[in-house]
Order: sequence, then structure tokens, then C-alpha cells
Amino acid sequence: MWLWFHKLGSPKYFYTLAGKLIPWFGWITLLLVLAGLYGGLILAPTDYQQGESYRIIYIHVPAAWMSLFIYIVMAICGAIGLIWKMKMADIIASSSAPIGAAFTFLALVTGSLWGKPMWGTWWTWDARLTSELILLFLYLGFMGLQSAIVDRRTAANACAVLALVGVVNIPIIHYSVEWWNTLHQGSTVMRMDKPAMDTRMLIPLLLMWLSSQFYYGTVLMMRARNEVLDRERDTGWVKELAMEGK
Amino acid sequence: MRIIPKHAHRRKRLGLILLLLAGVGTSVGFVTMALNENMNHFYSPTEVVDGKAPKNHTFRIGGMVRTGTVKRSNSSLDVNFEVTDTAKNVQVLYTGILPDLFREGQGVVAQGKLNDDGIFVASQVLAKHDETYMPPEAGQAIKDAQKLKASLKE
Repeated sequence: MWLWFHKLGSPKYFYTLAGKLIPWFGWITLLLVLAGLYGGLILAPTDYQQGESYRIIYIHVPAAWMSLFIYIVMAICGAIGLIWKMKMADIIASSSAPIGAAFTFLALVTGSLWGKPMWGTWWTWDARLTSELILLFLYLGFMGLQSAIVDRRTAANACAVLALVGVVNIPIIHYSVEWWNTLHQGSTVMRMDKPAMDTRMLIPLLLMWLSSQFYYGTVLMMRARNEVLDRERDTGWVKELAMEGK
Repeated sequence: MRIIPKHAHRRKRLGLILLLLAGVGTSVGFVTMALNENMNHFYSPTEVVDGKAPKNHTFRIGGMVRTGTVKRSNSSLDVNFEVTDTAKNVQVLYTGILPDLFREGQGVVAQGKLNDDGIFVASQVLAKHDETYMPPEAGQAIKDAQKLKASLKE
């Protein structure tokens, strides 16, 4: 395990491994999305109160979960980068940021679209919505900081600290619906009790979540591979690749 | 995998990171505790009846629409209903169109002011959705069971 971790820290090893994994991850993503959408939009029954409108959760909930998950990944990468000075940690973190920002944006937009007919408003400043909006700003701040600092090492360190400071927001987002009175409802799936959802509705939701995970994996590897090439362009192995015309 | 690094300088950096997390965590904790009143999106009917809600100020009240209290005016868009947290009730007056999910027994969040008679005059009423999702048959089954329970009590 330790050895594997060290190997993965080598950009060349990562580049080759990711190149092999990307098609697999891509196809798994596609299969899971198709299964999840079919289950969610066609097989799952309508909701007793919301009717068909609830089906937006098949996008909204996975996007929201991913927005938290990706930020945690970035914070862990930040810690690894600061402690072990691993190049790959910074590459993974900076390649993740735009994907996380996209998921956060998607969660906010789909939530807003659902909120208008259900709650009666597009937006309200309750603790859940506000903290999720702050998460979007954290992602954007991370990306801005990254590109504002020219020196890669300084940028990596500054971004790692930002990711670590911002990670405090993650439990706030998750527990906001329990700690305070919010307009947003409590957790349906991620809670101590069993999920408050019919199984036929829940399974497609979990499939959609799994597909989001694989989608993240696919896009992350693609982005990180480009980043590796860009950063290692002066090394022998990248020049060899370029000579081979790959 | 070794979680604690072997080298002293790495251990030091790990310590600094943990310190940073603890520091930021506690300061954010203190700030949210200090803001606790304002972090809540709404007051419960009990808090309003006990006078904890601000007077002559706009605030939100959240609770269930008490069953059997919704009265609509025939000539205007006025709606009258009571919001309850099962312990205390507050009378709410609203003029306007209600969201689709508004119904008796449903959670709502209303924004407005208390008038001198203790009636909450709302300028906006939002429906609060709960976290349960189920097919209509299951929803009906629960309602029937509740009705049965209520009739048994009587």
C-alpha cells in the first residue's frame, strides 16, 4: 500500500495508469447514468406530495454530495502536498477544483428550479443554501488563487492552505439542516435512521451518485494527465512521448 | 500506510495543519454560536407566543398549518390560518397566492410582522418540504392509519 502510494506520486506512473483507466471509467459512467436515469425518470413512482417534480433530486442530490466530496478530496490533497511535498497532490487538487465548482453550481441551480414551485421562492438565505453558496465561492477562490500566483510551488502551498481552511465549511453544510431551523428539509439518506425514501426511488438515486463518482474520476484523470504533461514538459519521458507523436 | 510521518519536519508540518484546522474550527464555531439567533431561518410558534421574536420587526415564523384552521375569504385573496408546533399556535393573515405545497398539516415558513392583536401579518408564505419521499399509495396508507388512530382515540 505504501509502495503503491509512492508510485502514484510519480507523475509518469500516474500518466500511464490513468491513460489505461480512463476508457473503463468513462464506460462505467455512461452505463450507470443510463441505468440511473431510466430507474429515476421511468421506473420510480411519483411522490405522494411533490408529484413528478421531485425527480430533479436525481441531479440535485448527487451534485450536492459530489460538491462536498470533491472539496474534501482537495483538502486531503492539500494536507498531503504540504506535508510530503508531493507534486501529484497539487495536480489532483487543482484538477478537481473546476469539477467541484461545476457540481456546486449544478446543485444550486437545480435546487433553485425546484424551490420555485415547491417552496414558492427561487432563493432564500437559510443556513443550508448560504453555506452551499459559500462553497461555490471557495472553489472559485481556489481557482483564482491558483492562477493569480505565477510560481507553481507558492501557488500550491497557498491553495492547499485555502482548501484546508475552507474544509471547515463542509460539516457546516452537512449539519446546517440539523443545527438550525432552515427552509431546506433535513437529510433523507445520509442520516442515522434508515433512508426516508421508497426503495424504488432510492436505488436510482444511488446509481446516479455512483455515476457522478465515476464521472468525477474520468474527468479528473483526463485533466490531471494534461496537467502532468504541462508541468513535466521539460523532462525526458514527456519529450519521448512527444517524439513518438502520441 | 503510515499516517504519522517519520521525519521530524514533516511531523511538524502535520502538527501545524492540525493546529490550523483546530483554530479555524473553533473560531468558526464561536462565530456561529454568537450568531446563533440569526442563523435560524425562523422562529417557532412557541418562541413567538413567549415573546422571543422581535417586536415591530419583520421576522419569519415556521411550523405546521393547523388542521381545520384555513379560512379563505370569498371576495379577496386573504387567507387566515394558524401555524402550530403542536404546543402553541399563532394566527397568520396572508394576502396573496400560496405555493402548491400549501395545505393543512404542511410545514410552512411565513415572513411578516406581529400586529398589536398578536396576529402575524405575513408578506410571504413559503412551503417547507419534509425529507420523506414515497409513492402516493404509501402516503395514503399513512393518512388512513392516522385517521384510524384518531377515530380509535375518540
